[in-house]
Amino acid sequence: MAQASEETKSPEEPVDAFGLIMDHISDAHQWHVVDYTNSRGHEVHINVPLPVILWHNNSLWFFSSGHFYHEQEAQQMGNDYVVLHDEKFYITGHDGVLETDTEGNIQNASPLDFSITKNVASMILSMALLLLMFLSAGKAYARHGIAPARGFRAVLEPLILFVRDDIARSQIAKDKADKFVPFLLTMFFFIWINNMIGIVPFFPGGSNLSGNISFTATLAVFSFLAINVFAVKDYWKHIFLAPGMPIPIKLLLVPLEFIGIFTKPFALMIRLFANITAGHIIILSLISIIFIIKSIYIAPVSILLSLVMFMLELLVAVLQAYIFTLLTALFIGLSTTKSEH
Amino acid sequence: MELLTPSPGLIFWTSLTFIILLVILRKYAWPSILRALKVREETIYFALEDAKKAKEEAEQMEHQRKKVIDEARKERDMILKEARQMKNEIMEEARNEAREEVRRMLEKARRDIEMQRKDAMLEIRETIGNLSVEIAEKILKEELSGEEKHKKVINAYLNEMNFN
Repeated sequence: MAQASEETKSPEEPVDAFGLIMDHISDAHQWHVVDYTNSRGHEVHINVPLPVILWHNNSLWFFSSGHFYHEQEAQQMGNDYVVLHDEKFYITGHDGVLETDTEGNIQNASPLDFSITKNVASMILSMALLLLMFLSAGKAYARHGIAPARGFRAVLEPLILFVRDDIARSQIAKDKADKFVPFLLTMFFFIWINNMIGIVPFFPGGSNLSGNISFTATLAVFSFLAINVFAVKDYWKHIFLAPGMPIPIKLLLVPLEFIGIFTKPFALMIRLFANITAGHIIILSLISIIFIIKSIYIAPVSILLSLVMFMLELLVAVLQAYIFTLLTALFIGLSTTKSEH
Repeated sequence: MELLTPSPGLIFWTSLTFIILLVILRKYAWPSILRALKVREETIYFALEDAKKAKEEAEQMEHQRKKVIDEARKERDMILKEARQMKNEIMEEARNEAREEVRRMLEKARRDIEMQRKDAMLEIRETIGNLSVEIAEKILKEELSGEEKHKKVINAYLNEMNFN
């Protein structure tokens, strides 16, 4: 499955720490495993190629990403050709040449990209793990009934109880809380496990899925739906009528409240994205110091610091999952409670 | 800026994955897990409640037992007290009766003695009379010479006799 490619090692060149970091926290169409220099002085890159799925001219096109990374010519897609440039696909003529304007911006059109990228693959892995964990736990609970949890269930159980009692039931009105528990549990564990996969530094971890704006935006949309779909009449009245306020203040308050509907999930999106991405950037920067300074003596400091950061990231992984779920529960609680005014 | 640009592909896959997870876990995992946890909690709750009730009952029974014992003890004390009182009363009565009896007996004895004394007195008087007569006879028979002298003697003897 893995592909290895060899390149002649270039002579010493300054380390592009920014490029390296951006590479690691951005999505990619192949899954990078390891680089090393073999005995003949050739650099070997081992990568797992991933499926590329493009939507073009009302049909889906499937490729292996290996073709885009290792072959010079453009891949044919019906009457058009497609090339990969900086992890983005562009439609070109059969020569595969990109047209740029005077400022160097690429003018070519892009097909819709539904590829199984590194992040998507990592997400599928997380889904498999979650299904494995919870379906087996569910079966075990069905079989053993109320006996105290043992083995892996004993690890999951406090977390499940924590989400149920300290997130759902503490924020949402008593009669409605249990309805949202499955949603909040799924959300909590989905975010947490992806955060954890993200901080595993080697294959098949290291993707920056939960630090990707698309991922956090999608979850924020689910939060938005959960908050607003089940909202009670009082909640809407509170937003659009601002009862008990004088007219001038109403004019000011209603737009603010209306914007608030959207800023709440938006803040969730930014918070998760920024926290996870920042963690990745800090760890990668600390490691990069070694290669920028090119001194072995800085390595212990760097490694110690990144170890500390790594520990912090373990905490942040669960903390951000908790905060995201808690705030979602809080907003659901606000929208489903009849207000007292 | 590229970091902040959402990509439709990833949004699509995230939505799909999350929905799949939500649907599958909601149907096959969460209900049995949450139900088991709930059943366990309720079982523990009811067990605790039962234990509490049993304890309360035991306490109440203990209380009742103590009350019964206390009452029995009180009754025993009362019975003992009554018995003692009755004993005292009986003894007192007996003593009084005895005293009365003694008094009556003494009285009777005294009366008897008095009566006997009187009888004895009369008897003695009679006997003395008779004796005197006999003595007088004898004296008269033997010495009827100096009559005057003899009378004096007899009277002197009689006077000497004390009838007390």
